[in-house]
Amino acid sequence: MRDRELIIGGLVVFLAVITFPVWYNLAAGSTAKPPEVKLPTTEKTCVAPTEYMRTSHMDLLITWRDEVVRQHNRTFKAFDGKSYTMSLTQTCMKCHTSKADFCDRCHDYAGVKPYCWDCHIDPKLVQRSAGGASTDERSWALRVSRRLPSPATPRWRSWPAAARQGEPQGPRAGPWSSMRGSA
Amino acid sequence: MVIDARKCLKDEGCTDCIAACDKAHNVPHFTERAHEVKWIWKEPFDRAFPDQGSRYTEEAFRDKPVLVFCNHCENPPCVRVCPTKATWKRADGIVMMDWHRCIGCRYCVAGCPYGSRSFNWVNPRPYIKPLNPDFPTRTKGVVEKCNFCEERLAVGKLPACVEACREKALVFGNLEDPKSEARQLLRTRFTIRRKPELGTDPRIYYLV
Repeated sequence: MRDRELIIGGLVVFLAVITFPVWYNLAAGSTAKPPEVKLPTTEKTCVAPTEYMRTSHMDLLITWRDEVVRQHNRTFKAFDGKSYTMSLTQTCMKCHTSKADFCDRCHDYAGVKPYCWDCHIDPKLVQRSAGGASTDERSWALRVSRRLPSPATPRWRSWPAAARQGEPQGPRAGPWSSMRGSA
Repeated sequence: MVIDARKCLKDEGCTDCIAACDKAHNVPHFTERAHEVKWIWKEPFDRAFPDQGSRYTEEAFRDKPVLVFCNHCENPPCVRVCPTKATWKRADGIVMMDWHRCIGCRYCVAGCPYGSRSFNWVNPRPYIKPLNPDFPTRTKGVVEKCNFCEERLAVGKLPACVEACREKALVFGNLEDPKSEARQLLRTRFTIRRKPELGTDPRIYYLV
């Protein structure tokens, strides 16, 4: 036991190193806390009991999706007998108004990235970007009218001025002009 | 659906129905033509009806824009070729799409003889203005087309294009019901369909 100091010292260093993350987090006050989601104030009950929603909302949403898209059934009979329209953005988001404060908080914590929002639109996102919506109207009309067959064809009677403005000058080879040949 | 081609031609530059559809369904508008996504658009008569156009086509129709969109065929080739059943024919006749299930193989794009299907080559979200939060957008790698405003029909509304038309040139109705407005209209005048010789039995009728 001549190496007692060395062994005990080594053990202490080993324990300190191995438990370092615990001490570090305690010191920094950033211990893993469950996410705090903002619950809606307008409604008391969800479409299913809280426990079920917490663990299986994804299953419910997938069932909703298949019912609406493939069975064209849009009404959901909830556990308490109430009827709901099966819609993520119109029913869920009506109460859970903030994706950032509700969905994202838990998903970020759990490290999951649901792809719902690749297509479905967070209503808040639209409100934020709707600042200059009315100014878009003109360019919108322009883009729509660009879709019409090319005005290079002289027989078109009248074209809205907006459609002509953005078009390149000179005869333009539309995809159909070559196909129609000399007809 | 019945389209009165003459009423539609009253104002050739009119894009009301197209704008209404694009807004309702978040249809993107790309600057690059190769990326174009179309639900409803106008096509010159000779191209919309290649079997009808001839050297002597009436001046009233020659090269005039005809409103075209998905024909919701009775025998849809797009449905037959879809390997994932992402597109199918509903009992009510609508050729529906499930964008969740589309794998972007584009067989349907090749199968559709009307060019009614568009593929999203790039993420369409930045090209949609203004965004309609009540309807999803699509993602890159997904095919899309006219859904006959299935989401509006479900809540008892008419399709957006029908509602938007000032001339009431578009008439929506159940073709199976002899008393429907569409069928009554079909009895009044001669109608043509797009490429019926292909055997797809298109369900959009054009009054000429």
